[in-house]
Amino acid sequence: VTALTVNGERVEVDRPADTPLLTVLRDTLGLVGSRFGCGAGMCGACLVLLDGKAVPACDTPLWQAADASVVTVEGLAIGGPNPVQQSLIEHQAAQCGFCISGVVVRATALLDARPDASGDDVAAALERNLCRCGTHQRIVAAVLAARTVPA
Amino acid sequence: MSNPTTTTSHRVVPPHVETNPRLGTWLRVEEGVVLVQVGKVELGQGIVTALGQIAADALGLPLSAVRIVPASTSGPDQGLTAGSLSVTQSYPALRHVGAVVRSLAYPPAALVEPVALRTSRDHHPGLTAYVDRIGTLDPDLDLTTVDLDATVTQNSVGSDAARTDLPDKVLGRPRFLADLRPDGLLHARVLRPPSPAATLSSLPHDWTAPGVTLVRDGSFLGVIGEREHAVDRALAALADAASWDEHDSLPDEDDLASYLRCAPTEPTHATDDHPGEPTHTASYSKPYLAHASIAPSSAMARWSDDGSAVHVWSHSQGIHALRAAIAGALTLELGSVSVEHVESAGCYGHNAADDAAFDAVLLARAVPGRPVLLRWSRSDELTWGPLSPAMAGTLSARVVGGRIEGWSYDVWSQGHTSRPLYAGQPGLLATAHRAGGAPLPPAADPPAAAGFGSLRNAQPAYDVGPRRITGHHVTVAPLRTSAMRSLGAYFNVFAIESFVDELAAEAGLDPVELRLAHLTDPRARAVVELAARASGWGEPLPESVGRGIGFARYKDLGAWCAVVAEVAVETDVRVRRLTVAADVGLVVNPDGTRNQLSGGAVQSTSWTTVERVRFDRRRVTSGDWESYPILRFPAAPRADVHLVASDRAPLGAGEAAQGPTAAAIANAVHAALGVRVRDLPLNAEAIVSAIESEE
Repeated sequence: VTALTVNGERVEVDRPADTPLLTVLRDTLGLVGSRFGCGAGMCGACLVLLDGKAVPACDTPLWQAADASVVTVEGLAIGGPNPVQQSLIEHQAAQCGFCISGVVVRATALLDARPDASGDDVAAALERNLCRCGTHQRIVAAVLAARTVPA
Repeated sequence: MSNPTTTTSHRVVPPHVETNPRLGTWLRVEEGVVLVQVGKVELGQGIVTALGQIAADALGLPLSAVRIVPASTSGPDQGLTAGSLSVTQSYPALRHVGAVVRSLAYPPAALVEPVALRTSRDHHPGLTAYVDRIGTLDPDLDLTTVDLDATVTQNSVGSDAARTDLPDKVLGRPRFLADLRPDGLLHARVLRPPSPAATLSSLPHDWTAPGVTLVRDGSFLGVIGEREHAVDRALAALADAASWDEHDSLPDEDDLASYLRCAPTEPTHATDDHPGEPTHTASYSKPYLAHASIAPSSAMARWSDDGSAVHVWSHSQGIHALRAAIAGALTLELGSVSVEHVESAGCYGHNAADDAAFDAVLLARAVPGRPVLLRWSRSDELTWGPLSPAMAGTLSARVVGGRIEGWSYDVWSQGHTSRPLYAGQPGLLATAHRAGGAPLPPAADPPAAAGFGSLRNAQPAYDVGPRRITGHHVTVAPLRTSAMRSLGAYFNVFAIESFVDELAAEAGLDPVELRLAHLTDPRARAVVELAARASGWGEPLPESVGRGIGFARYKDLGAWCAVVAEVAVETDVRVRRLTVAADVGLVVNPDGTRNQLSGGAVQSTSWTTVERVRFDRRRVTSGDWESYPILRFPAAPRADVHLVASDRAPLGAGEAAQGPTAAAIANAVHAALGVRVRDLPLNAEAIVSAIESEE
């Protein structure tokens, strides 16, 4: 049994320690907001915050999350959309939206660390978040608009 | 300011109403909301929002009183969601349905005006009564026989209505097919062969793994289980236990143009006006490309307890054809199969959605009564999903005194469609792997009436004198090919528009000037002029930066689109800015249209500058995001979209920009460096080899 905190709630998970965190979230805990894209940590669709750091949940075994705090895209929306989510909706910054959970998580981590991030900073931070619909420009603009401290 | 009012003649019943004449097929009322069911599906393009706007205006209702529900085989059959036809086909159909409803259920005009309906959204007695009356209409009413009130006030159409699906996606709510979690759910995976020509040679008869059921049928292998992790582990163990007969069946990936030109072909003469002796000739090529959707394909299926009927959840572009293909493959009555659409990640053409649906059906048959959720692997998605075919083309022209006076084009390609039911076959991947299965037939090409496949946009839009256009349909299929966004138009427009630039350079003319001198269609001229003006055409640029233009009217009957690319070439090709000008007729949702056009242009930048399916003589080797790279955030260009205001018939926007963007990039590279790259992808390596071949 592995104990961890997910979106502020302590949970105990009775699954093999090598189970990917993404499978635990989606299949065991029913939190399907982190999406499966590649299973190899290459596309960014499954990013979660692990003790505040954006990591691919598909490539993170359960044991690595033991006693840690995991925040998913759903957790960022507790009490209403966070500023990045709000801004993405206002800017209609998605097409299919399959990549957008991971974008929300990575951009939230970026703005927490660097509230004055520039457009180039945002694009660089999202380097390992793949978007196939070609919505990159809108997404960067929406993330910039979510900054609380204007650059 | 009053909203525009339009009246349409309804003496002709729209084709999709003719084929789906029953009112109840299109709409019903639940809890004070009109639920409109269309036969078009959300592929990430925002169509559900745009069709909601059209339906709201057609019904004389506010957007909030209308909801588009997902397509299913119990709703209207509108064919495929493809070819940029969803708005073109659904606009007249929904206007007709709305006109019938209004003529039967609308409140007397004196009582409630449409604008009053629009502005008083909630609990307006007139609105509620009207919606209630819609609910009492006979679902069996024949829509083709009613006299119509065809006056429509445009309230929602033309506005930037927000996408109805985005909040779920941005907030991480269940929305996608792979998020379905019904009671009793089982997970499933398929083990695909390691190479296109492989067959299973052995698997121990007593093979088992903890927590899973094995399904085995010839070379088709799959596992089903309660827990996803156990299923994934079992799949890995199964891959270790299975051995395969493999052999070489693939061409040389570095010489695809020669392969296509020497392959067995069937000629398709589109035009032969006997052009004169050419003065210029050039050849172009593109590699195989993958759809590379961010989600691997998925599907869910549940058989009835007695195993007589199956219900399927799929992200297919054509649920009715999929239903018939499944029924055909398993020799079931059509009525025993039902399919409903659930969204997945962006779909850019015929990907593995239909194959995944059939896989799920085959696996779920082992566990009647239980819903089985199947997901493909990333690697299978990139290597087993249908690919956009490699293509090669040769263009020749006769140019006299700066005028083009003769033109010929030969294009070689495998077919561009192997959708379910093509070539008289179900066309589902697992049919080839099951015991007794035969290889899937080579892809076909859509007919002229559907805008062609290999020959899509093979005709130049210009006044070029006598022309000869020949398609060479390659009839062997080393790799499985099918429709990807814009089909042959992507390559044909790249080739034609690159060649036009070469002719301009030879004649010493400005590329925009040469195009305008050979274009008579005023809507074509308008987008070329708009793109040039908006991009600052002719203004000076720094060294190693060039500007290039590309233009086409999609399928010769869709949207007009011109793109100017600004490209910097240093150690790599960097597309800095795209200026897109388009005339899509009446714009239903301007913001959504811009999103589609800029997205199409940026995706084409990815195809054009970084993408190529890789393989050796036996296996496809580009099975992950490192071996099949796509454009990433730091390299994505800014794309500015300029729409021509129009009240003409609405045309699709999703496929208009791809070809023009590819040509604009190649022409910009030439403007920057003086080097002409004719073989895609247009990366640093291609530039080096173009320089070497010119020396």
